Amino acid sequence: MASSFARILSSKRKVGIWSLVGAGSLTVGFFLNREQHVNAGAHVRRIYPASAEYPDLRKHNNCMASHLTPAVYAKLCDKTTPNGYTLDLAIQTGVDNPGHPFIKTVGMVAGDEESYEVFADIFNSVIRERHNGYDPCNMKHPTDLDSSKIRGGQFDEKYVLSSRVRTGRSIRGLSLPPACTRAERREVERVVIDALAGLKGDLAGKYYSLTLMNEQEQQQLIDDHFLFDKPVSPLLTCAGMARDWPDARGIWHNNEKTFLVWVNEEDHTRVISMEKGGNMKRVFERFCRGLQEVERLIQEKGWEFMWNERLGYILTCPSNLGTGLRAGVHVTLPRLSKDPRFPKILDNLRLQKRGTGGVDTAAVGNTFDISNLDRLGQSEVQLVQTVIDGVNYLIECEKKLERGQDVKIPAPISQFK
Amino acid sequence: MPFGNTHNQLKMNYIAEQEYPDLSQHNNHMAKVLTLEMYANLRDKQTPSGFTVDDVIQTGVDNPGHPFIMTVGCVAGDEETYEVFKDLLDPIIEDRHGGYKPTDKHKTDLNPDNLQGGDDLDPNYVLSSRVRTGRSIRGFCLPPHCSRGERRAIEGLSVEALGALDGDLKGKYYALKDMTEEEQQQLIDDHFLFDKPVSPLLLASGMARDWPDGRGIWHNDNKTFLVWVNEEDHLRVISMQKGGNMKEVFTRFCTGLTKIEELFKEKGHEFMWNEHLGYVLTCPSNLGTGLRGGVHVKLPNLSKHEKFGEILKRLRLQKRGTGGVDTAAVGGIFDISNADRLGFSEVELVQMVVDGVKLLVEMEKRLEAGQSINDLMPEQK
Repeated sequence: MASSFARILSSKRKVGIWSLVGAGSLTVGFFLNREQHVNAGAHVRRIYPASAEYPDLRKHNNCMASHLTPAVYAKLCDKTTPNGYTLDLAIQTGVDNPGHPFIKTVGMVAGDEESYEVFADIFNSVIRERHNGYDPCNMKHPTDLDSSKIRGGQFDEKYVLSSRVRTGRSIRGLSLPPACTRAERREVERVVIDALAGLKGDLAGKYYSLTLMNEQEQQQLIDDHFLFDKPVSPLLTCAGMARDWPDARGIWHNNEKTFLVWVNEEDHTRVISMEKGGNMKRVFERFCRGLQEVERLIQEKGWEFMWNERLGYILTCPSNLGTGLRAGVHVTLPRLSKDPRFPKILDNLRLQKRGTGGVDTAAVGNTFDISNLDRLGQSEVQLVQTVIDGVNYLIECEKKLERGQDVKIPAPISQFK
Repeated sequence: MPFGNTHNQLKMNYIAEQEYPDLSQHNNHMAKVLTLEMYANLRDKQTPSGFTVDDVIQTGVDNPGHPFIMTVGCVAGDEETYEVFKDLLDPIIEDRHGGYKPTDKHKTDLNPDNLQGGDDLDPNYVLSSRVRTGRSIRGFCLPPHCSRGERRAIEGLSVEALGALDGDLKGKYYALKDMTEEEQQQLIDDHFLFDKPVSPLLLASGMARDWPDGRGIWHNDNKTFLVWVNEEDHLRVISMQKGGNMKEVFTRFCTGLTKIEELFKEKGHEFMWNEHLGYVLTCPSNLGTGLRGGVHVKLPNLSKHEKFGEILKRLRLQKRGTGGVDTAAVGGIFDISNADRLGFSEVELVQMVVDGVKLLVEMEKRLEAGQSINDLMPEQK
């Protein structure tokens, strides 16, 4: 019990305990109840020694498999989070999906906020590898949602077709999608849509529940490219995220269709700001404003986002820790994309390319999705600035090649600022 | 959640209404039976190994079903599931197994001498004959709930028992994860190899976890007796051969099963069985005998007859395509097997198949010759 309250008090937004008790007595009651029902670190049912349970990872290529030695497994396999989440549950997706020789997936998920602490011995190693050396043990993650700090951010629309920034947020006190019960998931939905209903002006919008949506609404959401479907990727289904589909899942968007929130897909919420064209500055401004407004609205009701200064915003997949931010553009680069130096240029700018269908898709024509590589160890403002500076550089390269001039590989920018 | 019940206690912080699944779009046996009141009564219970009602029903919640095909919508995680959650499972069993009551007793009969005939199904029509069932090892959790350690222990015990078979039952085990390319191709060519389940009905229950760890195929050198280890059940046992000699297939089936059971008993293990539910398996649809005895039979004319469905129903038989469940028939060749599993003994079910298929072939011959089959119409068994 003490640890839960200590966590709330030490969060960067100092929500007074009294406001919690007053407006959020349900939350407090929930914490009290939870601790009485389940002991943190209670032993799980185990008839076999750790060596008999240790998964066969010889054919595996994911971050979990690289770091889960028999010794680490033995140390952690009998531990549980206060909610009862276990190591076996966390690694199931990585055991079931050996991975690909070229693409190294993460291979584990968190079932709740405490997973990252109770199973720190494996999570920290995975985080260090996935986030290019960021060490949760001795580094701090900066959070900065002050969009006024952005320099530039209006791209040449001859090249940039659209701009987008996305992140995720988790509601503290409720289990994450791999582990949540139906009631918890419904509570996430209730808390989030209650807050979204309080948004005004250009952020005012409407919620479409997946269970209740009618045919016309569904078709409109598909046409707008907003509708998300039941996950089919075994990476997600093996982690248990698709249970009870489509119960308590839905999509909220503002009337202008520039600010969108997914509820209970891979995270409690995924928040997306987007628009056609190259005004990344405005996209990020709306992103920050929307996020801060939603945070204010849930705090009024005694809730808050999962966050700590080691790991930043806590999300289901370790790859999305920190900012959880992917800022990107759809940009046409017909000449540069054919230049053999393209991958190296991207790499040094700390950018990645994807096809225009998102992760694991191919580029169509010469249009690419270009976004930041990093998530953790740099702030939102820093990452978006990196994308802005980087995409501007790519456009300059493209223009040079158009004029018959040569391009230069830029010096690698430093990763942790 | 499959395996690891400590998590489930979190649900008790919410009232039943908040946790009760939305079954309004659902059409499966579980959804028909599970009222809010029943859910409220069962939600704080668990089996000794920690299986809860939410674990039982997850597959039925995730798979609303089909308007035409009524799936079961729940699974057992261990033997005790059928006892602890009898309020839910008894009505499902009754509905699925033709009115089988909670007080009914199931007869087991694995004596092949009690089968009349069955050795002379016309091989011009009956291309192959097959009998399958499943067995669970008492004291171990079932595939939706077992840990890696348990699954490996089940594999170890099974391989040891099967390794002691001799005579025409002597054979070899092929672990899925150690198989060579050649072995794999051979097993595919023999139509023996089973693959990781893709059906969402199975995946949603957690049966495919840790694939292919602890899974494998054993078959005898003659390729007429086959055992699947840790697929949908601990063991699936299959006896098969080309042609219409169901008697021989069934004899080998019974002999093999009995021998395997003896070998397990020698090591202090037994199969899950009780006099009410017979052999206990993962899916309630396979309780009792767990037996599906069938043939691949050519019925191009009869299958087009308007009374085909009615005939099968009266004979207590069902048709499938030659790819097995949920496949279509190819070239007029059907998989015809017993519809029942529980409430009839193994001998009784195979007898129904033998007698029924004999009649179907006779009808087919009549229709081929342009004659009527009206006088052959059977009574409802």
